Amino acid sequence: MKNSGWILVLAVATFGALVAAGLAQDELFRAHMFILTLTLGVGTLYLLRTGSFEPAVPVDPDAYLDGPIKVGTVLTVFWGVVGFLVGVVVALQMAYPDLNIEPWFNFGRMRPLHTSAVVFAFGGSALLTTSLYVVQRTTRARLFGGDLAWFVMWGYQLFIVMAATGYLLGITQGREYAEPEWYVDIWLTIVWVAYLVLFLGTLVKRKEPHIYVANWFYLAFIVTVAMLHVVNNLAVPVSFLGVKSYSAFSGVQDALTQWWYGHNAVGFFLTAGFLGMMYYFLPKQAGRPVYSYRLSIIHFWALIFLYIWAGPHHLYYTALPDWAQTLGMVFSIMLWMPSWGGMINGLLTLRGAWDKIRTDPIIRMMVVAVAFYGMSTFEGPVMSIRSVNALSHYTNWTIGHVHSGALGWVGMISFGAVYFLTPRLWNRERLYSLRMVNWHFWLATLGIVIYAAVMWVAGITQGLMWREYNDQGFLVYSFAEVVAAMHPYYVLRAVGGMLYLAGGIVMAVNVALTIKGHVRAERPLVPAAPQMKLAA
Amino acid sequence: MMDYETLRHFADSWGLVYMVAIFLAVIVFIFRPGAKAEARDAALIPFRDPTGEDRKP
Repeated sequence: MKNSGWILVLAVATFGALVAAGLAQDELFRAHMFILTLTLGVGTLYLLRTGSFEPAVPVDPDAYLDGPIKVGTVLTVFWGVVGFLVGVVVALQMAYPDLNIEPWFNFGRMRPLHTSAVVFAFGGSALLTTSLYVVQRTTRARLFGGDLAWFVMWGYQLFIVMAATGYLLGITQGREYAEPEWYVDIWLTIVWVAYLVLFLGTLVKRKEPHIYVANWFYLAFIVTVAMLHVVNNLAVPVSFLGVKSYSAFSGVQDALTQWWYGHNAVGFFLTAGFLGMMYYFLPKQAGRPVYSYRLSIIHFWALIFLYIWAGPHHLYYTALPDWAQTLGMVFSIMLWMPSWGGMINGLLTLRGAWDKIRTDPIIRMMVVAVAFYGMSTFEGPVMSIRSVNALSHYTNWTIGHVHSGALGWVGMISFGAVYFLTPRLWNRERLYSLRMVNWHFWLATLGIVIYAAVMWVAGITQGLMWREYNDQGFLVYSFAEVVAAMHPYYVLRAVGGMLYLAGGIVMAVNVALTIKGHVRAERPLVPAAPQMKLAA
Repeated sequence: MMDYETLRHFADSWGLVYMVAIFLAVIVFIFRPGAKAEARDAALIPFRDPTGEDRKP
């Protein structure tokens, strides 16, 4: 029977999860294991019901394996909408604290749900999906290892489900962007190693002698995230059947490990991986090769060497030694160079084709993504200067900065890739509607601009109010007064988020209808050029 | 004995030299004579894939 091996493995794992729930040392672990039992059980039943006894169709060893990529494209869109929705909810919770619904839906649990949903579920699915697509197309080889790609795709989704449900239950190890507890971390490590084997195996059997630069960025992302994840999550569980664990590090070492991880999650997850996306999809959509391939290689090595040292800029004015703080600042400022090298390389890829920004909303999305990459990688080094950070740290300015990178760069380049992939993967003539892409573009751009501008003003206001002294040396504002001053900005921020979410929903509808094979009858986005009438 | 100080001094001397040397070697390598044509060729790799080439979204 088709998939009989997987069905067996899943059934045994389902039973194992049930046993773990029965033997659990604490109630949270029990609840989490019941969720795992349910998830694995549903997976087992699904495979059983879709199994067939017909002889297996022989696989063409030269054909690309696109099944997991199709699943990943749909999941990227799904998690995008979920992540943006949770973002709007937490934004409204900041403005209207009554929306904190205890215990499962209060801000403390919803905030990691939002960050993980957008970074790891939406961004991670987008990276996984596009990397598997790009590596096949640029090596002209089928994915390595048979069903390995399916394991990686669904294994990663299981990680997301376990992480997300864990947050709502209140299971966290309290490390920012790495909140899941030890057993979920171990599962992600297994999936990630499988991903590395899958990617490297495909590179090894490539038919194209040169490894295209997009794959370098993807590989750097996979290798570095493996290293960061393992070191940051070194911990000793209290019980093998309980949720609680204690970090292997303590004090300032623990803080530095966390921010070494935290900032490189930005550098290698949210930057290197998505640069891989840029170096493939932007040239493809523009129909012309990257501006300078040699600049892309310098971009790669400079970025890789510099990023890993920037983490200490999250720990200014703390117990971290001064030299380490200065090291973080110097490397953060140096990062400006490779970042802008990459941005210039992306933008100049459109040389001689700038008219496409007017005629092709997908190119427009990608160009705005690269522009936001440039802007947020300029803002970042500025904020990493210690005296600027004295004003910006712990304020909403940081939140605005993160979102100009996340919504502008990561989001927009992923949307561009999804719009590129959908008609090609499902063999459609074109997308359901290009006008809807245009709507998505403007909703998202307007949302980002509102969000970033509002948070900028809010952050500087907040920072200035905190440090305001009167002539007798007393602080002028109490903390609660500063919180109250933030209210209008929080409301406006939620409005920006709603616009971005609306754009995401438009994308989901467009992608769904494209997959179903519909094509919208619509006026072309750009009217045909007026015909010159020649006098006879 | 390998303690923190030893590692730190190794990192900011030989470690640093090693990384800078690799970086400079990369720069020299990609600007060597003949590299330009190779780079131009490599940039065309995404366009050599025969599937999905003419379809427009």
